[in-house]
Amino acid sequence: MRRRLPAALLGAGLALLLVAGPTLACGGLIGPNGAVNLLRTTTLAGYHDGVEHYVTAFQFQGGGGAFGSITPLPGVPSSVEKGGDWTLQRLIRETDPPAPEALLFDRAAASGAEVLMQVRIDALDVTVLKGGAADVGQWASQNGFRLPPDAPEVLDFYAKRSPIFLAAVFDADAAKERGQAIGDGTPVHITIPTPNPWVPIRILGLGKAADARVDADVYLLTDNQPALLPTPTGSNGMTLDNSQQASQSLLNDLRSDRGMGWIPTRGWLTKIAIDASAPQLSYDLAVDASGQGVPSWVQAGLNVPVQVQFVDQTTTIRALLAAILAIGVLILVMQLGRMPGPRAATRA
Amino acid sequence: MTRKRARLAFGAGLVAVVVAAGAAAVALAARPGTTPQTAITIEIKYSHFNPSAISVPVGVPVTITLVNDDPIDHEWIIGDDAVQQRHRTGTELLHPVRPTEQVIPALSTRVTTITFDHPATWKYICHLPGHEAYGMVGVASIVR
Repeated sequence: MRRRLPAALLGAGLALLLVAGPTLACGGLIGPNGAVNLLRTTTLAGYHDGVEHYVTAFQFQGGGGAFGSITPLPGVPSSVEKGGDWTLQRLIRETDPPAPEALLFDRAAASGAEVLMQVRIDALDVTVLKGGAADVGQWASQNGFRLPPDAPEVLDFYAKRSPIFLAAVFDADAAKERGQAIGDGTPVHITIPTPNPWVPIRILGLGKAADARVDADVYLLTDNQPALLPTPTGSNGMTLDNSQQASQSLLNDLRSDRGMGWIPTRGWLTKIAIDASAPQLSYDLAVDASGQGVPSWVQAGLNVPVQVQFVDQTTTIRALLAAILAIGVLILVMQLGRMPGPRAATRA
Repeated sequence: MTRKRARLAFGAGLVAVVVAAGAAAVALAARPGTTPQTAITIEIKYSHFNPSAISVPVGVPVTITLVNDDPIDHEWIIGDDAVQQRHRTGTELLHPVRPTEQVIPALSTRVTTITFDHPATWKYICHLPGHEAYGMVGVASIVR
């Protein structure tokens, strides 16, 4: 993680997702031509008293025009508001002492089928949608964005579990007028009552080439030490960088930020670093902070068909026919084997 | 008794073999990629063509139905390498509708009729950004 910070600072795109409690994740980015460079994402997902708090920010590479972001949500949010000014930075300082001074965030918003909520936060238009892949596609089209070719499958992957999406449009021109520099971001705090928190991970690879890397940090703040699925092993693209009781100084600092009064008096801080190829991220992160240690396979997306492959029907038919043929031959051979020889027939 | 049984078994096996062979022949004859067809439906799902290989005859109008099940737009451009290269490096975001160059909006169907004038092996590709690299490529065998 520490070695990645300079890259984040030097580069343009950075998104910070801070999650306190259970999880929440990150967004897939889309641009007018279907290509947006997001260099890094940071998120804080917090879960306390059955409510997921998701704090995130994006920093895009390049300026001008509008950028979109689509984030799958585990449930209908009760509120979407501007996040604290330094929550994400404070978390990074906690796990990476040489605190970055120039972490910047951006956002983008959306709109679509059934619009559940619309919020304007600085230069960010946020829309909470209820619908499937087709609805999100419609929103993107209406907002002048072209979804990347993997979007239909990825959006279906999420819609099968939760039809709630947060779509955001970040107006870089408006941000410039507001005096925001390219790379600056707007932290957003999403509050989601849900019994099943999870952090969308697969969406981070949206629109990325097979050889592209996904670099992101996910912070979890939960009441108890969480059980995670998949387990971060490093080889699966996720590494457990931090897992310990959250310090009182951290909790006090976070609680004093805007909108962060929900931070409990004690909690467990987990940091997961994601460094994976886009195809490697075929899952989400399920979190069980109840102490039962049973994160959901469903919420992790592990029991949902990840790849839909077209089956060549002719191949299937030929295989079936071959099987029929083989059975026919087998029956024939068996019966011939039972057939009495000429001698036996004569005796009879 | 046993001889009769053996005859029955032999007959049953023979019938099975004949039926299997006949069904195989029918199936192979209907295979879109091998036998030239004048009416073909190509479905688009998750940014892939299905079937990804077709066979069409020369000199006969061929009707191709393009069904886009995706919530995003797609293209279906059929032609030789020069045609594909032109679209690959072109600047048109959406192409004028020509029989061999179709734009299929999200969740819609388009029908085009093409008469191929010479045998060739062409490709059909979606040239929207990133789609070809994602695998939106098919092969058309144009045969006599």
